[in-house]
Parts: sequence; C-alpha cells; structure tokens
Amino acid sequence: MSENENENEITINNYLKYLSEGKLMGSKCKICGHVDVPARKLCSKCIKPENEWIEMSGKGKIAAFTSINVGTPYFVKKGYDRKRPYVFSIIKLDEGPMVSAQLVGVDESHPETIKIEMPVKVKFLKVEVEGLPEKVDLGFEPA
Amino acid sequence: MGKLARKVALVGAGTSKFGQTFPLRRIPEHWTDAWLNAVATVDNGIEPKDIEACYVGNYSADLFNHQGHLGPMISSLVGLNPKPAPRFEGACASSGIAMRQALITIASGLMDVICVSGIEVMTEVPTVGVTDALATASDVSFEYTAGATFPGLYAAIATAHMHKYGTTHEDLMRVAIKNHINGKENPYAQMQRSIKDLMERKIAKIKGAGGEVPDWKDEFDYLKSPSNPPIAWPLHLFDCSLVTDGAACLFLASEDVAKKFTDNPIWITGTGQGSAAIAMHDRSTLTALEATVEASRQAYQMSGRGPKDIQIAEVHDCFTIAEICAMEDLGFYEKGKAVEAIKNKDTYRDGVKPINTSGGLKSKGHPVGATGAAQAVEIFKQMRGIAERDRQVKFDVEIAMTHNLGGSGGSCVVTIYEK
Repeated sequence: MSENENENEITINNYLKYLSEGKLMGSKCKICGHVDVPARKLCSKCIKPENEWIEMSGKGKIAAFTSINVGTPYFVKKGYDRKRPYVFSIIKLDEGPMVSAQLVGVDESHPETIKIEMPVKVKFLKVEVEGLPEKVDLGFEPA
Repeated sequence: MGKLARKVALVGAGTSKFGQTFPLRRIPEHWTDAWLNAVATVDNGIEPKDIEACYVGNYSADLFNHQGHLGPMISSLVGLNPKPAPRFEGACASSGIAMRQALITIASGLMDVICVSGIEVMTEVPTVGVTDALATASDVSFEYTAGATFPGLYAAIATAHMHKYGTTHEDLMRVAIKNHINGKENPYAQMQRSIKDLMERKIAKIKGAGGEVPDWKDEFDYLKSPSNPPIAWPLHLFDCSLVTDGAACLFLASEDVAKKFTDNPIWITGTGQGSAAIAMHDRSTLTALEATVEASRQAYQMSGRGPKDIQIAEVHDCFTIAEICAMEDLGFYEKGKAVEAIKNKDTYRDGVKPINTSGGLKSKGHPVGATGAAQAVEIFKQMRGIAERDRQVKFDVEIAMTHNLGGSGGSCVVTIYEK
C-alpha cells in the first residue's frame, strides 16, 4: 500500500495535519450517525469501522476547566509558570462531543472570572517555540 | 457476575515508612521494610517456602527509576525465585489490581498463598520528571498536549462538581483537615502533622523571625493564605496528595491454609474492577467516576453487602475532590450530598463512617503503585484492632472497604473485607 492510499485514513497524524491547516475534524459514523472528536477509526457508540471525516463548527461551551500554576514540561517550555498560569479546559462542542484544549483570551490569574457553560469558539494555536517543532495546538477562546 | 470459587483471606500486611528521605531509600530498602513489617503481623509466622508467587503492583519504575522488569527484582529480594513474579500496571491502581489478581488466582485453586507487593520510589527523579511521569497516565495525545497535569484533571472535575452541586473551596479544605488529623496518628505516614500544627508552626516561625504575625483564626484562614498556593485552581497545595516513596506487602491465603497462619483471618468477600476512557473528554460525565461506580457494583454484588454495611473505608483521595467523588460514587451518599457528611464530621475517626483513618493519600502519602496495597494494610490493622497511636476506631470493625483509582479514573479496584 502506498502512502497516498492512507491519505484519508482516520489516524492521529491526519487529525493533527487537519489541525495544522486550521480545521477541527471529527468522525461521523455512516451507520449510526454518532460523531467523535478527535476523529477515530471505530465509532465509539456502535464500534463499527464506517467512520468518515466531518469538520466541526468549532463552537461550544466550557464543561470544566482549571488554571494551572505548575504545568507540564511542554507548557513550561511554552513560557508558562507559577506567575503566568495557563487554562486547561474540557469543551463541549455544539455537535455533542467533548474535547480537551487550552483556553486562551481569558484572565488566567483570576480563574474565578471564568464560568462553566460560557460559550467559546475554536482558536488554532500556532506553537513557535525554540527547541520545539512548529505545530498547531487546539485552543478555544470566549465567543 | 460470578462468585469466588473459594474463600481467600488476608493473613498479614505491612508498609515501609512512607516519605521522602535524604539520602534516598531506593526500591530494595522500601520493599524489604514492607516485607519485614508484614511478616511481623502473621501470627504463626510465614516464610518464603510457604509462598507460591509474588504479584507486584508498580506504576512506572521505568520512568521514576529507569528500571523495568520489576517482578523478579522484587521477588528475588525476599527469596521467592524461581516462583512466578508478574508485574501489574494500572497507574495508581497498580497494586489494587495486583491484589485482585492474586485473589482470583487463589480462589481459582491454582495457588494457596501469594505475596502481593506494591511499590513506587518517585523521588529518584526531580519534580519536573515526577509531573511528567504521572502525566503519562493521562491521554498523552490529547490531554497532555492541551496542558493537563494530574492536579489539573482533578481540578477540572472539581470545577464541574462545584458548578453542578455547589461544592465549595471550604468543602475541599475540610477533607484535607480531617485526613491530616488522621495522618498525625500514623507512624508510617509521610506527613504526621495536622494542618493546625502546620499553621501554628508557621506562626511560631514568623514570630521567631520578628515578622508580622498573620491574623489566622483557624485552619481555613491558613488554607486561604499564600501559605497554600494554587497548583491547579481550584486545587491548592493542601488539596493534593504527596510525592512519596513507599512500599506495601500483603499475604493472601486460601481458606484451606489460612488457619495455618492465623486464627484471625480477614476475609476478602468482594472484589470489583472497572474502567473508563482514559481521556476525561471521552466520558459521559465529569462529576462522577464511572469506573468507581462499576467496581463497587461488582464488589457489592459479590459480597452481598451494600454501601450502608461498610463501617470504614480507605478511599483514593489523590486530591480532596477525589474523596468527595468517591463517597458519592461508592453509594455512601447521594451525588452532591457528600459535603454535608463532611461538614457533620461523619467521616472523622469518631464519626459514623470513618474514611481514610490512615491519613489517606493526602497525609500518609501516595507512592502511586504502592497505594492500593497500602490501603489494605490500614484496613487489616483497623479490623485487627492494632492501628497505632490514637488512630484505632472505637468500635469493632466487621466490614470494611478499599477504593483504589488509577489515573483520572480510567481504572478502579474496590475490595470488601469481613471478619
């Protein structure tokens, strides 16, 4: 099988490739219609391999969040620390599925100002940090 | 749901002294301390020749100690080669899983006596390495890249729980205050101080340095001060369990041989294990841990017991919010009602349903792979009436439970014990 034949396969690599092009992609089951985000090969509801790519609207609401002062090594490299916290969030998309993403455009140092169910929209976060490969991470910001 | 084909008893149990030491006490020291302490609790003695296998629960010696293949390493230190020495991994539920598999092996009739080891020596790497190793128990592709740390995942659960049920920061603080009061009475605990002790020590220190004495009326004031910095809001330092080195050792025996070791076996009458999607965003709820609900359902069904029958429990309080969720997901309280019981002090040692008499992961410490087995050690001591210092509950414990979670709730093992 050539590499080209895999171009449309539902893989993490292809999901991330779409992300780098500014597209949040899920998968939709041709049999039961269930939508999964991030896209996956087997439908999480009926476990059949009949999923196809579907682009998300990028709109949703905050389901849960936290402002992190002691971050992962990756976020420390991105410049966050105790004095400059970042917000990790779980977003419930309008299409139904939930995703994990950084929440930006909020007051990270005053997390009590961030509210669950607040409407948000997708923001593709270009990562350009010395020593890290250039990539795009999934983010959201207040709508 | 099946039953155990024959009864299995806990006949001995012990831990090493939990904590962080300088110089570092490594895997062999912690494990042999736990082994010796467990051997000392077996009334009629136990020797390596009595034991047919060593089941090892360990999360990640690979990342913490650059040591894989831990099974035979652990078993060789206590004379158990050439017997089988498998290792079990389920993040922080690793030794709960090892204990459950030992139980199933013995109940099947394959073996009569198994030694269960739980071990984790976490401080061999710097803190950033600890954070990183723990974070690999989350979904590395999608949670980790979004910035999730372990406190961060439980903090997200906390914000969802607060939003849905009105749980408050003070409710979280009450869990930490109670568990530290218990840990003070546990000579094997990492932090043997109540939060009040820590507050008074801090005041004395400030006075000694000639500084302005803070206006703290009680523990709540102290916990709202900069002495309790945020780690992952709304979780602060005192909402988090500790980074700990430690080991635990259990001896399990079939009903056919248990009497050889003791006249007072603790029977394991219920076991359950559940799972959930490793990524929290793939679960149907953020305010309950479905693996806990499932594991406890199995254990209750097997034992024929219900939540009201459980007199004491060791629950997995890796973070204060986790104890609140466990109290609800185990069926002790309705969703959203656990905080009332906490306010009433029902879960204190002298309350109607003592929880985490050991001090919990919060104060006793949380050597992740050792935690499940260490919970069984506390239950063994409480049921035998041999808990140290002032920690022993004042009634005879006939039925007890341990609840051991892995990761952010991807794995859970629940065990019920009876005399």
